[in-house]
Amino acid sequence: MDKFEKLSGVAAPMPLINIDTDMIIPKVFLKTIKRSGLGVNLFDEMRYDDDRAEIPDFVLNKAQYRSAEILVAGDNFGCGSSREHAPWAIKDFGIRCIISTSFADIFYNNCFKNGVLPIILPQEQVDALMKDAEKGSNARIEIDLADQTVTSSDGDVYSFEVDAFKKHCLLNGLDDIGLTMEKVGSIDNYEAKLSSERPWV
Amino acid sequence: MTAPKTLYDKIWDAHVAHTSEDGTCLLYIDRHLVHEVTSPQAFEGLRMANRTVRAPEKTIAVPDHNVPTTLDRAKGIDNEESRIQVEALDKNAKDFGIHYYPVSDVRQGIVHIVGPEQGWTLPGMTVVCGDSHTATHGAFGALAHGIGTSEVEHVLATQTLIQKKSKNMKVEITGQLRPGVTAKDITLSVIGETGTAGGTGYVIEYCGQAIRDLSMEGRMTVCNMAIEGGARAGLIAPDEKTFEYCKGRAHAPKGAAWEAALAYWKTLFSDDGAHFDKVVTIKGEDIAPVVTWGTSPEDVLPITASVPAPSDFDGGKVDAVARSLEYMGLNSGTPLSEVEIDTVFIGSCTNGRIEDLRAAAEILKGKKIKDGMRAMVVPGSGLVRAQAEEEGLADIFLEAGFEWRLAGCSMCLAMNPDQLAPGERCAATSNRNFEGRQGRGGRTHLMSPAMAAAAAVTGKLTDVRELI
Repeated sequence: MDKFEKLSGVAAPMPLINIDTDMIIPKVFLKTIKRSGLGVNLFDEMRYDDDRAEIPDFVLNKAQYRSAEILVAGDNFGCGSSREHAPWAIKDFGIRCIISTSFADIFYNNCFKNGVLPIILPQEQVDALMKDAEKGSNARIEIDLADQTVTSSDGDVYSFEVDAFKKHCLLNGLDDIGLTMEKVGSIDNYEAKLSSERPWV
Repeated sequence: MTAPKTLYDKIWDAHVAHTSEDGTCLLYIDRHLVHEVTSPQAFEGLRMANRTVRAPEKTIAVPDHNVPTTLDRAKGIDNEESRIQVEALDKNAKDFGIHYYPVSDVRQGIVHIVGPEQGWTLPGMTVVCGDSHTATHGAFGALAHGIGTSEVEHVLATQTLIQKKSKNMKVEITGQLRPGVTAKDITLSVIGETGTAGGTGYVIEYCGQAIRDLSMEGRMTVCNMAIEGGARAGLIAPDEKTFEYCKGRAHAPKGAAWEAALAYWKTLFSDDGAHFDKVVTIKGEDIAPVVTWGTSPEDVLPITASVPAPSDFDGGKVDAVARSLEYMGLNSGTPLSEVEIDTVFIGSCTNGRIEDLRAAAEILKGKKIKDGMRAMVVPGSGLVRAQAEEEGLADIFLEAGFEWRLAGCSMCLAMNPDQLAPGERCAATSNRNFEGRQGRGGRTHLMSPAMAAAAAVTGKLTDVRELI
């Protein structure tokens, strides 16, 4: 997995609440058996018209946001499906960080497995960063995962919470499975106990 | 004496295989359900790292999302990408030696219907699947939730998940439901009350007399949509109905093992005085037959209400509602019972079980669907389909003018050819009314099977109580 340490980039504003996984990556693109190449279909139905032409008003189609690396979004981002295609598409587009007041649980977890950092901040701070994002390429937002801070283009610094284990894995680009394999003895012991206590499992 | 525990606490504690200093746990997984859409990358990951499936005997795969539901599906899948995904699952199941129900097997169906039907899902288990509606299995008092593909790979390789415990939430439905009100109305009404993020960070335990009174099918409907309320999982404590449902199923324990399991299952309830971080109580008598009017499952109203206006809401919801109404082609103030529909879809992991088909058939008996209406029933599994045929339900659907399909996810998420056209308005028994969910530009109203059947007859969203 790619490391995430610091990021300084343009942020795209998406104030809509409840942006769901069907909006992020519509199901027609779930038929792939790969993890890559989904960026072109990120937000597909909002981004393209019926003739596959770009809808100019859509934020990521605007010149100043085409290379956005951060998304500032409304409440409950990523609700809906467990499809990891959602963070795959986001990452493949080039976005490495999403800031919102809240995220759906499965989507939030899926981001960390893919080198994408979801940041939860209070409403007023998200509102301030949304205004920042609306300034387009004139405003760069800085993220520092080690310090757990977001710095607005005006220099306001906001701290965020992140689970220590998830932070450690993201900072170091660690593979979860490899880490769990180091504890295989505990799993062996558990299975031995299981076969005597709940043998029907 | 130990502190009182919730049902979730008990299941959690029984499955912790390892706890790190920071409180991160390895949670042991008893059953891993797999389908074709979220698994190919996980199996590929195993191959690339030269890893195997740690517990193939606890891993069960079935194709459901992509499979055609038309009667001629034995001829194969036309769409190349869909076909490749299903073929990949065929191959992965064989290569890694996991249990498999191929498209040709009568037991094939939606993964969340097949699991309980075959006795894979049992009380007190941990059950995961790369699908958010895994919450369905919580109806058995199992801790069941959706996971992403990276986690699918993690479970395949280690039979565990890296987890931190969620908080406890209790949703109590007291009293009795009124006639015409079903499990679907309960679960939609709860989401209407708490919002789609109301359960974020929690595992919900549903309890109360109205929940106790539900059949296992109804309980699965309630838990299925826990995810739509944002919760990681939904749970219902097992009781005699649960045990009766499990007994004799193909993979349920038998003989002495059954007795041992039963003794354990009877300890699975929330202790008196157990702590819940959040409690929601709804009177069963206050729940009406409901429909959704917008593009979020929280956009729920009784069928007797009218389409709301953006100004009825606060904050970010104002713009979201304006966008929803535009997408849905609805005007504020229109009575919901005047909204005309084009299509009816009865099926999905929410409402594709035998009891759902019985409820719809009860309304349709001796009636015809409205002229020009497109209506289909997609049973949740081949066995549900067979049972419905045996009970004469299929004849009722066919005589009413419904199509009688083979099992799959179908128009719930429209990955197969069952899709809405732009602007087509559907009364659906599924679980999500998101923009584009049932087909680009398609408009979805969620409701119970009885309500969907009523809509098929009248051609409009309809209060089912007028037809019973």
